[in-house]
Amino acid sequence: MTALQPLIRDFTPGELSYCVNDFSITVATVNGSGSQTSNLTILRALFKMGIPVSGKNLFPSNIQGMPTWYTIRVNKDGFLARREEYEIVIAMNPATFAQDLAGVLPGGVFFYADDIKFPIHRQDIVAYPMPVKQLVKTSDAPSNLRDYVANMVYVGVLAQMLGIDLEKIYQALSFHFKGKAKPIDLNFGMVQAAVQWATDNLEKRDPYRIEPMNATQGLTMADGNTAAAIGAIYGGVQFISWYPITPATSLAEGLMEYLPQLRKDPETGKNTYAVVQAEDELAAIGMAVGAGWSGLRAMTSTSGPGLSLMTEYAGMAYFAEVPVVIWDVQRVGPSTGLPTRTAQGDLSFVNFMGHGDTQQIILLPGSVHDCFEFGWLAFDIAERLQTPVFVLSDLDFGMNQWMGNPFDYPELPMDRGKVLWEEDLERLKGEWARYRDVEGDGIPYRTLPGNRHPQAAYFTRGTGHTDDAHYSEEPQVWHDMLVRLKVKYENARGYMPAPMVDFMTGAEVGILSFGSTLSAIEEARHQLHREGLITDFLQVRAVPFVKEIGAFIRQHKRCYVVEMNRDGQLHQLLTLEYPDLSTKLVSIAYTDGLPLTARLVREAILAHEEK
Amino acid sequence: MTEQITSTGSRLQVNLVGLSKGEYRGLPSTLCQGCGHNSISSQIIAACYEMDIVPEDMIKFSGIGCSSKSLNYFLNRSFGFNGLHGRMPSLATGALFGDHTLKGLGVSGDGDTASIGLGQFKHVVRRNMRLVYIVENNGVYGLTKGQFSATAEQGLTLKSQGTNPYMPVDIAWEALVGHATFVARSFAGDPKQVKELIKAALGHNGVAVLDIISPCVTFNNQDVAMHSYSWGRDHEVALHELSFVPFAEEITLDYEEGEAKEVTLHDGSVVMLKKLGREYDPTNRAEAMRVLEEANDCHCLITGLIYVDTNQPSLVDIYNLPETPLNRLSEYRLRPPRETMQKVNDLMF
Repeated sequence: MTALQPLIRDFTPGELSYCVNDFSITVATVNGSGSQTSNLTILRALFKMGIPVSGKNLFPSNIQGMPTWYTIRVNKDGFLARREEYEIVIAMNPATFAQDLAGVLPGGVFFYADDIKFPIHRQDIVAYPMPVKQLVKTSDAPSNLRDYVANMVYVGVLAQMLGIDLEKIYQALSFHFKGKAKPIDLNFGMVQAAVQWATDNLEKRDPYRIEPMNATQGLTMADGNTAAAIGAIYGGVQFISWYPITPATSLAEGLMEYLPQLRKDPETGKNTYAVVQAEDELAAIGMAVGAGWSGLRAMTSTSGPGLSLMTEYAGMAYFAEVPVVIWDVQRVGPSTGLPTRTAQGDLSFVNFMGHGDTQQIILLPGSVHDCFEFGWLAFDIAERLQTPVFVLSDLDFGMNQWMGNPFDYPELPMDRGKVLWEEDLERLKGEWARYRDVEGDGIPYRTLPGNRHPQAAYFTRGTGHTDDAHYSEEPQVWHDMLVRLKVKYENARGYMPAPMVDFMTGAEVGILSFGSTLSAIEEARHQLHREGLITDFLQVRAVPFVKEIGAFIRQHKRCYVVEMNRDGQLHQLLTLEYPDLSTKLVSIAYTDGLPLTARLVREAILAHEEK
Repeated sequence: MTEQITSTGSRLQVNLVGLSKGEYRGLPSTLCQGCGHNSISSQIIAACYEMDIVPEDMIKFSGIGCSSKSLNYFLNRSFGFNGLHGRMPSLATGALFGDHTLKGLGVSGDGDTASIGLGQFKHVVRRNMRLVYIVENNGVYGLTKGQFSATAEQGLTLKSQGTNPYMPVDIAWEALVGHATFVARSFAGDPKQVKELIKAALGHNGVAVLDIISPCVTFNNQDVAMHSYSWGRDHEVALHELSFVPFAEEITLDYEEGEAKEVTLHDGSVVMLKKLGREYDPTNRAEAMRVLEEANDCHCLITGLIYVDTNQPSLVDIYNLPETPLNRLSEYRLRPPRETMQKVNDLMF
């Protein structure tokens, strides 16, 4: 057997029954080697072939040199959650070679860079070598780019062996390199060379195949951070202060990429926004609160550690009633935690964020499409309620590509809330008070700096204050102010997005969740259904809870609350909200840094059902 | 100044925008009798009144501490935000983007600026935000009753605190090193200079740091303390005699050739600096550093306009914003038109 011949198990091609459009691929590379381009190219080409597909980057907190994995799942039925097992492995990293080899499912396929000298003893898989170094050497890639284009070798070999359309690969590369001919040609040249080599040298001995479908038409592929950024732009965001932190950085960078294209003043051609990179999160929130106070649609984006630093101003903005939008792209905590891994561990913290009696408004996007929608909706809610609005996304949404419906132009006009300008004060003869509850909804009126009416100004403070914003230590004044804030919080429910629900006929069991766990739950419900357990599903999209949530729990014998944290934080909040229903709630909480799988949800529910 | 007859028939002196000095006042001060901060508040009132500033054209900011409370005691008709400890600069930065036509005035203290606030102080300076940044510097924490602040001199002894073992932070020095475009030091016991410096600072297009020694009569006013009235009086060395001449007003001050320097500010107003004993050029950064170092060595309180650079753009200048304040832009100018949505979706894959 020469080095160029595949190590094979005993497949005779004639007997092969193909496994089409239903498997997972894991690519093992060294981080910083440019493999993300190759992985996204595969993902996008599959998507353009009409096949439901998802990709998840499982990467280290490191710039260069550490192992990283990218998992791609193709599933003709549209189940796109992460799976723990994978049929196909592409091994490009010597450091993890043994582990990657061991991980291939029996009957699976192992593509490997043939310069990695490691014995392959498994007889239950098909192994294909890839002469990566040799192909790169014979290409005309400049020496500084060779490591990057090397990753295109596996794109080409995979394309040939699975049947991925080269034209779609070209489209994906054109998109990635924004139409720039030089890098497109260089990379596509490498892909073609690898295809040619595989055609000449490899014999198909495995059962996995890609065939075109028509299941992605009308859909787009985007990541949640980009979606959030574009949503905010359509929400008229005017001020962004931010500080770099994984996995939120690309949200601010998305704003900086799209704002110049979309937000030139139609009248003057000038910018209708300002972005300031702050010195830290203490300053990022300070600037955003200042801007929100002065009447701008202001936001900041961060993750756990940054959120901790923002706590004091968030509490102040709650008490002083300043609208501001804070995106928390959650990563694994406590502490620095796992900076490049996903979790849903900030819910309880944000709910009570601030000392004293603080209750914050939280939006929980349940899809990348929601990231876009909440991008603009958050400003309407913040300005209507004059309070901080937190949007809790996570790394899985924020940094991975998800198929979904295209973004919809906001159909509602902007809600700028209760603001009094000069002419309003004229009409009121200057009679107004900043914290007076005029309509009984707990939401007072505010004026904005720059309002030149002599009665417009007021003094904002975090200390106790009267209706007309004067300092006060009067017990009754303090008590009344806190009670009014509670009234406002209760009324906030009317502005919260409705939960997403999916009912099956005859279900007695419900499942509640929020955020990116959706795809694992969808798949688990499908599996449970086949096994005879019918379930209804409700995805919570905001705190405070709306009444449909209580009704849903009431309708079911028991409800599983599925989330990616240790303590079952949504379960805790539901228990606080509905103490009388708490015995119906069963917590399924799990966190290890990786996106949730259907297996985990299914097994946890079955284990409880069997009790 | 002109006079108006009030409804009660009495005569009231008003400025060019028709406002009496009372329109610039705030609530009665609750700070201690004789506190340097009260004197500075009075000079803020006087400066704004004399400059004919409409109070609604200003926003005031502060952090936490006695100095920050003083925000209540002037400019009742201006919007104000008393923010968090050491975090006035970020608050002001965001707020001033709301309406770039407003003048920002921040009042902080040595506890607020030189400890938790040092980072934000340095960064607002570095960004050259258009903000008058007054530090009412008394070397001591007042509201918590007499602990050392970071500007307290080494060796200072305070009742119940013992002797300060640490070197002090020098606000003016930090500002200068941080590329501030306007750095001044003054003394609350020299109200005329304080007032003229505030006027000059309000005319400056960028950050204007005023480090004003403002004695705490309750906790740090012993004769030997470097932040006390008597020490200030005995050791003040003014770099020059300052006079602020507003834009479009004739310069009537008559100086001999070489006797005074003129600095023209962004808004066309002029700061006249009459020579006192020595030559001093406040546009020379190296000279400014030397003078501060010298003041350290000779244990004197150098006051006046230490450094000014009128050529740098302020933060807001570099953002290419429309003339209409951002907080008055309508939905039509903020939400991209409907037809762009398809284009954006096409940009996704």
